[in-house]
Amino acid sequence: MFRKVTNGFKKLFLSFFRFDESKDSQRYYQILRLKMIILMLMVTIIPLSLMYLISYHEYKQAIKEQAVHPQQVMLNKTKHSFELFLTERLSAVSFIASAYPFEELTDQKTLNRVFQVMKREFGGFVDLGLIDSTGVQISYVGPYSLIGKSYKDQDWFHEVSIRGTYISDVFMGYRKYPHFVIAVQQMKPTGETWVVRATIDTDKFNSLIWSMGLEPRSDAFVLNKAGILQTPSKFYGDVFERFPFVISPVSYEPNVIETLDQKNEKIFLGYTNFNSMPFILVLIKPSACVMRPWETLNTELFFLFVFSIFIIVLVVFKITGVLVKQIEELEHRKGQAFREIEHTNKLASIGRLAAGVAHEINNPMAIIDQKAGLMTDLIERTKDFPQQKKFIGLAHSILNSVDRCRTITHRLLGFARRMDVQFSLLDLNEVIREVLGLLGQEASHRNIDIQLNLAEDLPNIFSDQGQLQQVFLNILNNGLSAVGKEGVITITSREYDLKSVEISIQDNGSGMSKETMKHIFEPFFTTKKDYGTGLGLSITYGIVKKLGGDIQVESEEGKGTKFTVILAKQVTQGGEL
Amino acid sequence: MKQWKVLLIDDEDEFVTTLAERLELRGIHALTETDGQEALARIKTDKPQVVVLDIMMPGVNGLDVLRHIKRSHPGIPVILLTGRGTTSEGVEGMRMGAFDFMMKPVKIEDLISKLSDALEIPKNQKK
Repeated sequence: MFRKVTNGFKKLFLSFFRFDESKDSQRYYQILRLKMIILMLMVTIIPLSLMYLISYHEYKQAIKEQAVHPQQVMLNKTKHSFELFLTERLSAVSFIASAYPFEELTDQKTLNRVFQVMKREFGGFVDLGLIDSTGVQISYVGPYSLIGKSYKDQDWFHEVSIRGTYISDVFMGYRKYPHFVIAVQQMKPTGETWVVRATIDTDKFNSLIWSMGLEPRSDAFVLNKAGILQTPSKFYGDVFERFPFVISPVSYEPNVIETLDQKNEKIFLGYTNFNSMPFILVLIKPSACVMRPWETLNTELFFLFVFSIFIIVLVVFKITGVLVKQIEELEHRKGQAFREIEHTNKLASIGRLAAGVAHEINNPMAIIDQKAGLMTDLIERTKDFPQQKKFIGLAHSILNSVDRCRTITHRLLGFARRMDVQFSLLDLNEVIREVLGLLGQEASHRNIDIQLNLAEDLPNIFSDQGQLQQVFLNILNNGLSAVGKEGVITITSREYDLKSVEISIQDNGSGMSKETMKHIFEPFFTTKKDYGTGLGLSITYGIVKKLGGDIQVESEEGKGTKFTVILAKQVTQGGEL
Repeated sequence: MKQWKVLLIDDEDEFVTTLAERLELRGIHALTETDGQEALARIKTDKPQVVVLDIMMPGVNGLDVLRHIKRSHPGIPVILLTGRGTTSEGVEGMRMGAFDFMMKPVKIEDLISKLSDALEIPKNQKK
């Protein structure tokens, strides 16, 4: 199972690096770039996001703990104050029950005196009464007349019978004021029980809560175990109302939980149950207040995160753009180099083929030439005979045809130039003028305007005159056949840079299509169907390359063509075509 | 007019005999050979003033013949004549001491002017 999953991932991962498209297509590079972007974004943004999430939770937890701790401390402190208060009152009642025998307390006067002392010493006491074992009120000091009332069936009486002491919930009593009751059971020497019962008002509860010094949006109050408010709350109702949330679990240590209030706002609800008393102290703080430092930090974290992602995306896009462009350029150059090698190889094999053909043809041609030459020699040396002129004419036309063949084989070989390869210092302007001298007649015959725009300070270059003549001859021939009558050919020479010079030959002729432009330097490619060998520009290209130069062509159909030849001032290579 | 003696060496018999005949018509004494080995023997016996030599020949190569001539008769100028379309052999021949290098088919007037150059005879004295 595990292996299956890993294999699946492996396949997915590898498919990411596979490219089905042809390398030339623009789409290939778009997909390559897209994949690089996705990969780079994945390896940067995933860890960054993880880090962001981890720090988010870590910081949040830490700040929460820091915020919750004071709440716990305050809860604990206040709980102790409450317990102290209640324990004191309980002790006071217990003390009365223990210090005075039942009989003495049945005396209304004694009870009254004791009540007055308690009221003075402890405060908060509202009434005091004595109840015998049957639950009947024996004596009473306070605002009601309760003597003779039976508590036999009341819950509190049962509870005090069982547990010895009892503290009641708060209830609305005398003068519509919240109170609670403390009762203590005592046993006579006879074994009969009796109970001292005191009522205390809750003023002290309120003052204890005030003393917590709460912020305006915080709230604190006391609940009984049934969830009824024992002291008034700022936000959750008055005394005796039900607190809207259930508080659990029971905890005698301060416990803080995060929850939502009735307005759906986040709050920290802290509570603690009183030890051995039926109350719960609750302290509520709004989360917004507690977590303010966290909000600030979180905002900063978030902005840092977003900013980092922005920078990453920016850099990734820039880098992939540059990288893919470079790859594209390299591929392009590689392709170009391959094409050039192919081209050179083609030229080389054609050169070998042409040399072989030329040799085979030139030898019989030389024989024809000599035979016809001998014929003319003999005819010229003989006395006049019938049709002598015609014979001479015939022999001459054979010789002319041989001449034409010679021209063709020489051109085929790129041999129309001088035989010896010689490198020398050349004035390119002079070379161009010489070539024009060869072509000038044709140009003027067809009314073609050849404009010279030659830089007079053009530096001399070290190159081969014959081969350069061939180059310019070929290009100019092309130009002459491209322009119609009254066409214009402009020849410009200038220094290209420190190491090279540039000659451009521009015509306003028919121009050529993009398709033609792709092939013009290929051997045997010709548009002159009847009389072109398709070798002229191919040889030109070979010569220029061999001389360490470059040739470029720009053309637009109907507007003309511009050939630009760039030649190095110094050539280290030499040789033959 | 001083009689020139030229030895033409070329494996094409038709070519070399016709050329010789034409030179004879112009008063130049032309001997012919179609084989390198025999040509070398002929040079010894007939002592031509100048040699016209084809490079591409079966058997003994033109350049080998040239080397032998330059060794045994360094004073005899040799004009190379070839139908081959590369310059490298021409350049090689020039380096080995050939007087000049010509390409077939060659015009007879050009050949004669080259011969006179080789024999250091001004053109105006030729006729």
